[in-house]
Amino acid sequence: MASGTFTPVRKWLLLPTWVTIGFFLLLPILLVVVYSFLTKEFRGGVDWTFSLDAYDQFMFDRGLFGDEAPSIEWTYITIFFRSIVQALIATLFCLIIGFPTAYFIATRPASSRSIWVFLITVPYWVNLLIRTVSMKFLIRDNGPMNQGLMALGLIDTPIHLINTNIAVQLGLFYSYLPFMVLPIYASVERYNFALSEAAADLYASRWTILREVLIPSVKPGIIAGCILVFVPSLGAFLAPDLLGGAKTFMIGSLIEEQFKGTAGNWPFGAACAVILLTLVLMALTLYARAQSKERAQEQRAG
Amino acid sequence: MGQKHRFNVRHYTGFSFMTIVCLLILYLPLLVVLVYSFNDSLSITRWGGFSLRWYTELFTGVESAKFKQAAFNSLTIALSAGVVATLFATAAAIGMVRGGHFRGKTLSFGLISIPIMVPEIVTAVATLIFFTSIGIKLGYASILLAHIVFCIPFAYLPIAARLQGIESSFEEAAQDLYASRWQAFRYVLMPMMAPGILSGFLLAFIISLDDFIITNFIKGAGVETLPTAIFGAVKQGIKPNIMALSTLMLLFSIVIVTLSYLIGRSDSSKATH
Amino acid sequence: MKRTLITSAAALAVALTAGTASAEGKLSIYHWFEYIPQELLDKFAAEHDVEVSMDTYDSNEALLAALKAGKLGAYDVAVPGDYMVDILNAEGMLDTIAEDELANRGNIADEWLNVPFDDGRKHSIPYQWGSTSFSVNRDAYAGDISTTDILFNPPSELAGKINMLDSQGEVMLMASLHLGIPQCSTDRDQLKALDEMLQGAKGNWASFGSDVAKDVLVSGDASVGMIWNGFSAKARAEGANIEYAYPKQGYIVWMDNVVLLKDAPNRDNAIKFMDFLLEPENIAAVSNFAQYSSGVKGDKEFLDPELAEMPESNPPADVTGAFVMTCDQATQEVYDQIWTRLRK
Repeated sequence: MASGTFTPVRKWLLLPTWVTIGFFLLLPILLVVVYSFLTKEFRGGVDWTFSLDAYDQFMFDRGLFGDEAPSIEWTYITIFFRSIVQALIATLFCLIIGFPTAYFIATRPASSRSIWVFLITVPYWVNLLIRTVSMKFLIRDNGPMNQGLMALGLIDTPIHLINTNIAVQLGLFYSYLPFMVLPIYASVERYNFALSEAAADLYASRWTILREVLIPSVKPGIIAGCILVFVPSLGAFLAPDLLGGAKTFMIGSLIEEQFKGTAGNWPFGAACAVILLTLVLMALTLYARAQSKERAQEQRAG
Repeated sequence: MGQKHRFNVRHYTGFSFMTIVCLLILYLPLLVVLVYSFNDSLSITRWGGFSLRWYTELFTGVESAKFKQAAFNSLTIALSAGVVATLFATAAAIGMVRGGHFRGKTLSFGLISIPIMVPEIVTAVATLIFFTSIGIKLGYASILLAHIVFCIPFAYLPIAARLQGIESSFEEAAQDLYASRWQAFRYVLMPMMAPGILSGFLLAFIISLDDFIITNFIKGAGVETLPTAIFGAVKQGIKPNIMALSTLMLLFSIVIVTLSYLIGRSDSSKATH
Repeated sequence: MKRTLITSAAALAVALTAGTASAEGKLSIYHWFEYIPQELLDKFAAEHDVEVSMDTYDSNEALLAALKAGKLGAYDVAVPGDYMVDILNAEGMLDTIAEDELANRGNIADEWLNVPFDDGRKHSIPYQWGSTSFSVNRDAYAGDISTTDILFNPPSELAGKINMLDSQGEVMLMASLHLGIPQCSTDRDQLKALDEMLQGAKGNWASFGSDVAKDVLVSGDASVGMIWNGFSAKARAEGANIEYAYPKQGYIVWMDNVVLLKDAPNRDNAIKFMDFLLEPENIAAVSNFAQYSSGVKGDKEFLDPELAEMPESNPPADVTGAFVMTCDQATQEVYDQIWTRLRK
């Protein structure tokens, strides 16, 4: 399979990409790690002296005047925890809606399948900012959703969603839903339905087939979908900012605030970015492990 | 197929309903914005009849110059970043797929995937810190540079996928007939890769056009792209002219995605011949 | 593919040269959002054949953060509030305007000429002044609003429906007025009380945001909004049934100023722009748009008559306004700490 027609020149072929990404992204990421160990200057800016202040601020509360005995600082842990929970819930909801959708589309006749895929793909290509703004407009207290429900007589007073965690959740879920559908669809499309039929021959019920045969076979697609929803949700900025009123912080807004907002603490922002990156790398490693285990099993089975 | 069983193994009750729910969730907000962009009323939440006034205002109003400049920046950046990223990604894909086995192949793939794996906000922070500490002036060029970087993997994936599906015997045969490596690429491989290259370009183009977080961090004095301009405007209220602009961008995205869909379809129909 | 490449290369070439085309020179402004009418910028651009570009910020602190983060040298002029002029100057971020550089210097109103934050106007010219307080939606609450309790200890009808400005200086001063303690207090008990009071009040706030301050009142997303007087008047004009409060504990007065930034890339045009804004007719256009008052003599005849009668611009005689003060480093660091604890 692997052929080497271009082996002699591959170094030159890969060079532009190596240089671009290595110099303009990998190096900067390392610089972020360096920055997280620098000292914050009064009124913003950084001083190039080594310090653990940023991580200390993240983990310990030393009181208003900085002279009390350190106790655990829960604030930032809470923000990270909230982001992780929000991202997990968004992933779960995307899975609940996305899996049946992907399955339904994959079992359509081949001729109409591409139309369905097209319908799911369109929102994915639409600007995320515009989609988030649309959601904000739809769900605000005097927005079309509440007006519509009130006109139908279903509710008397508007449902207050804007600036709540629920609104942020809705925004995340809505933003990344196509990311869940597409990989699962790709897996189900390749799934051999003879397996389901064999199970049915053995008198397995519909749900047993789903649970024991189908889902294990399309697991790589499901995991890929979950990763594609979870990772961007974790660092999301637009949904918490536009739908959450910038009060219930998530990791993304916390980091942004350190660089653009009043807080102006670059080393602390860099430290938060490093911690976020670590979390994401952990999630990706788990994913890679699960995949290689899968492959190993397949090889053993084969 | 399934008739011999007690039930159709492919069918699950409720899945079609979930699909409708899914599409409703995806499209309802967009449809609402589309409809309200034609609302004549100044009050954004009350319907005052059909009108094109916000589209007129978008193109002739006091803010039109700002949005035109932002649109120009967005399009030229997306086009340039898309082209450069596609060139780099095409070269990289050939190197990776046709370069045989080599040490550091996994590492190279890891490097190419960094922009996809790293959360956008981290990329934004890293780029800002890097540019300010080496003294690159923030502006049009810095945005373009950052966009090229994160567009590469998006261009790479469809191109590499396409290349993996092309057997190497084609260019080997050409080389057997004394075609140079360049000629084998230019006259044999590239035409076959073209649909993948085009899909890669379109994906990179749209990803660049879509980006807000990174651009917002590194944009310099007086340089806005459409997303940053829209973000600035909607903070002060979702005005009807923003809805008109959003609708136009929505339609533009649909055109691009249709284009990419047609490329994919014509390609697969060719493959069956 | 080839054609795409050529088209793109052409587009790139156009893009790279577009910035330098046409106009004589440039002017790069860093300004508050929704404050100066685009028509006025267009007028300046036409009169002096200058290409004007403007970026916006939403708080004095955000302006400082951006200038600290490498934006100094990218802009010619900025529009900081009173105490921020002081801070920017102390940070060495302002350039000095020579004695005879401004032709219209004589137009500066006498009371705004020798100000504590820039004595003798060496770095700045007066722009607009106004007040900061809060507005209440009268459909949501009919009771007495002339107290800072509305923000910090709200009645049940308003709890959870309050938007606060994302502006450290103003929120801290408002809170100090509420508690009746001096600004920049060095007293540890007072600072502790300030921190505790804000932590308690935070639960009743729905959101933080300055750029959204008008919209949340107009759209009804919030029933109370900490806001500037002119911005509140604009919200009222856009249909919000709101009343701007002058709390008995006091309110905030401020003056925004156009400053000449250090390393301004187009210093000459910056001076021209300052002279332009000292013309009564031009500065009145800003007042008519933003609904604040200017610090320039002779602007009266160009002002909309309604401006003078607006309830937002007419505080009752028995309440007093206060300017935000610049604290010393030790106190400011505690303030920063309180603010961080509040925002997180």
